[in-house]
Amino acid sequence: MAGTAVRGRLTWQTVTVGSVTDETPKVRTLALKVPDWPGHRVGQHVDVRLTADDGYQAERAYSIASAPGEPLAITVERLDDGEVSPYLTEELRPGDVLEVRGPIGGYFVWEPDFGGPLMLLAGGSGVVPLRAMLRYRALIGSSVPVRLLYSSRSWEDVIYRTELDSLSDGVEVIHALTRSQPPGWTGYARRVDQPMLSEVAWPAAQQPLAYVCGPTSFVEAVASGLVALGYPAGRVKTERFGATGQ
Amino acid sequence: MKALDDYALDGNAIGGLLIEVFGTEMTTATGTCGSCGTVSQVAELAVYRPGLGTVVRCRSCDAVLMTFVQVRGFTCVDLLGLASLT
Repeated sequence: MAGTAVRGRLTWQTVTVGSVTDETPKVRTLALKVPDWPGHRVGQHVDVRLTADDGYQAERAYSIASAPGEPLAITVERLDDGEVSPYLTEELRPGDVLEVRGPIGGYFVWEPDFGGPLMLLAGGSGVVPLRAMLRYRALIGSSVPVRLLYSSRSWEDVIYRTELDSLSDGVEVIHALTRSQPPGWTGYARRVDQPMLSEVAWPAAQQPLAYVCGPTSFVEAVASGLVALGYPAGRVKTERFGATGQ
Repeated sequence: MKALDDYALDGNAIGGLLIEVFGTEMTTATGTCGSCGTVSQVAELAVYRPGLGTVVRCRSCDAVLMTFVQVRGFTCVDLLGLASLT
């Protein structure tokens, strides 16, 4: 069908799952082989559609985890009461097929000429599009300074932990662990709050650009906190996942 | 503007649905609430997807701006809550 699609229209494509990588006990990255992928902008998402034997369909949006120029990948967190994520994280195997459409979105995207420094704030799997931004920044050799404040329940729940640990060269990663902390933890051990934002966020005078992604309650608290610190609302881009158990 | 609860998504989540309906990227379009006049980018609007359809609400006054219901492969669209969408 893709070959007969009207140009610019969004069409469902059947894609094949390539590699599957476990990121945490509940989170998995799926590399997807798409025959006609037009390329994407960093921060965009795809819609994934599953069809049951009886014809029932469920659709969900998943942020793209890979940078433009890299093979398409999504990272999925299993929600225990979810309709789609348990299948994607537990049943799906390399070689299986899925229906996907995209790329989608023009608001929560980053281009290197948007200015900076960049203030990235993630709650749980909200780190996925921000990870794509970090990968893209490295890929194109951007020197924009970045701080990532990343809230997770525990150290085991930190997605892309090894990759984030290895970042340097103008990227600072600050973790907040809300429920449990490993022995000897000296970092933040609470939810992101206003004092934490004051300590971590770039001062508004530096004209930072912020991207906030995560569960809706996380995004609401963080975005209003940044505005209270003097960030213009137009420089705080938000994407809300609803409830994710974070 | 009151804070959204975890039942709410935002307009980013319906980017695909909006391309289906309008034929183009709409999350960066600007909508004006027909009730209170608040102007917002579509990506910043409150979106509820209870299963039967999609309801988009104003962040300031909670008025229903857009609804989308899918029936037998067709999408029924109601934009009457918007004063404008550009």
